[in-house]
Amino acid sequence: MLRAQGRAVHQCDSGWVPVFVDQEQSISLMSVGFLLESPDEAVVWRGPKKNALIKQFVSDVAWGQLDYLVVDTPPGTSDEHMAAVEALRPYGPLGALVVTTPQAVSVGDVRRELTFCRKTGLQVVGVVENMSGFVCPHCTECTNVFSQGGGAELARLAGVPFLGSVPLDPELTRSLEEGRDFIRDFPQSPAFPALSSIAQKVLSEAPARLS
Amino acid sequence: MEEVPQGCPGTGSAQAGRGASCQGCPNQRLCASGAGAAPDPAIEEIKEKMKTVKHKILVLSGKGGVGKSTFSAHLAHGLAEDENTQVALLDIDICGPSIPKIMGLEGEQVHQSGSGWSPVFVEDNLGVMSVGFLLSSPDDAVIWRGPKKNGMIKQFLRDVDWGEVDYLIVDTPPGTSDEHLSAVQYLSAARLDGAVIITTPQEVSLQDVRKEINFCHKVKVPIIGVVENMSVFVCPKCKKESQIFPPTTGGAEVMCQDLKIPLLGKVPLDPHIGIQEFCGHHQPKEEHLVGS
Repeated sequence: MLRAQGRAVHQCDSGWVPVFVDQEQSISLMSVGFLLESPDEAVVWRGPKKNALIKQFVSDVAWGQLDYLVVDTPPGTSDEHMAAVEALRPYGPLGALVVTTPQAVSVGDVRRELTFCRKTGLQVVGVVENMSGFVCPHCTECTNVFSQGGGAELARLAGVPFLGSVPLDPELTRSLEEGRDFIRDFPQSPAFPALSSIAQKVLSEAPARLS
Repeated sequence: MEEVPQGCPGTGSAQAGRGASCQGCPNQRLCASGAGAAPDPAIEEIKEKMKTVKHKILVLSGKGGVGKSTFSAHLAHGLAEDENTQVALLDIDICGPSIPKIMGLEGEQVHQSGSGWSPVFVEDNLGVMSVGFLLSSPDDAVIWRGPKKNGMIKQFLRDVDWGEVDYLIVDTPPGTSDEHLSAVQYLSAARLDGAVIITTPQEVSLQDVRKEINFCHKVKVPIIGVVENMSVFVCPKCKKESQIFPPTTGGAEVMCQDLKIPLLGKVPLDPHIGIQEFCGHHQPKEEHLVGS
């Protein structure tokens, strides 16, 4: 999604060098995707092997000076999540952004994710509701394709901030897959103000919430 | 099921029982003796149990959020439309068990009988099992590592009294990890019919489907075909079609042609499905896939 497919990971004296995805070198990336020979290669690993790699990603990558480390996780409350929390805890502050879609089925699972956060002592920065409504390009009617209200309700139940809703925008998907810079190409998109507002809230509220 | 040590080298590995992280593990002696590497007796037990189950179908996806559980539920309902067909739906997504909610069975509990655990019946001919039925609250999180999840899956396959079943649909979490390996391993002697892989049209999803297809080849599970979910959206107001998840590389159709795998069908995005799930009512959309 960040136009870094096919890049290689190099070693330096202080460890693996993360891959920079922009000209200004303000965003660096590490992923098991860089270690695969082909994008179709399946990583068929059980828990212990996944845990070991996650530990390596934290301690053996030469991240350098960072303002923010954003960790994207798979769905669930299992090996990867426990390994990430354990590996990152010594380097605090550590917080969680929890993403849901509006419908009850998603909220049903994400409630359990919030319990995971509580049990592992992971402070929740807030809840984001993604895929929140689709504006028909033909008639501008907004349809709640995946139902509505789940994100705000979840945040209320868990007593954590609701950071905002991001609407469905096919141009966002298309842009990511075609390797374009969404932020530069589509400031008119309905998803853009939503994403910007959420990012602003994280920047201004996370430090206080996580201290 | 006891928790295994964090650095567990795996019961089948050469280091089993001998590694530094094995110290203090209750199974250390067992692993060091080599017994851990022997085939799990549960595989034969499950083979026996599965003799009354005619067809076993795994529902897989590379990616989360593509509608796998929704599809599994609709497929189960579709197959059970014929009241002479016995259908079972097994949810092995241990951390995110959505099937009880989708089937309108939230709050149901599992009962024990002389012949094992009884599945929860939503119709006379449609029984369901999920870890969701074993949790006392909707907020309960299942924070388990791989080995404990595997133990649960073994129990589901071995200890549930499925009875005479025509179709067992196994809904999985996204990915290619413990749950998938365990399901394939435990069903290895019981002849798994194959896997149905769910995707949405965009490349990011298809990329993970290709990994899922490779997984199936690696573990020798036949691929029944691919279903493209969330294909098009029909605006309820103007009735015009839009592609919410654009098929930037041709969608599942092109991928299936390239890989010579059947495309079983395309399912449009319907906002009513979300509402129906919440209410526990269903209108099976996939009747045309039944019997594929």
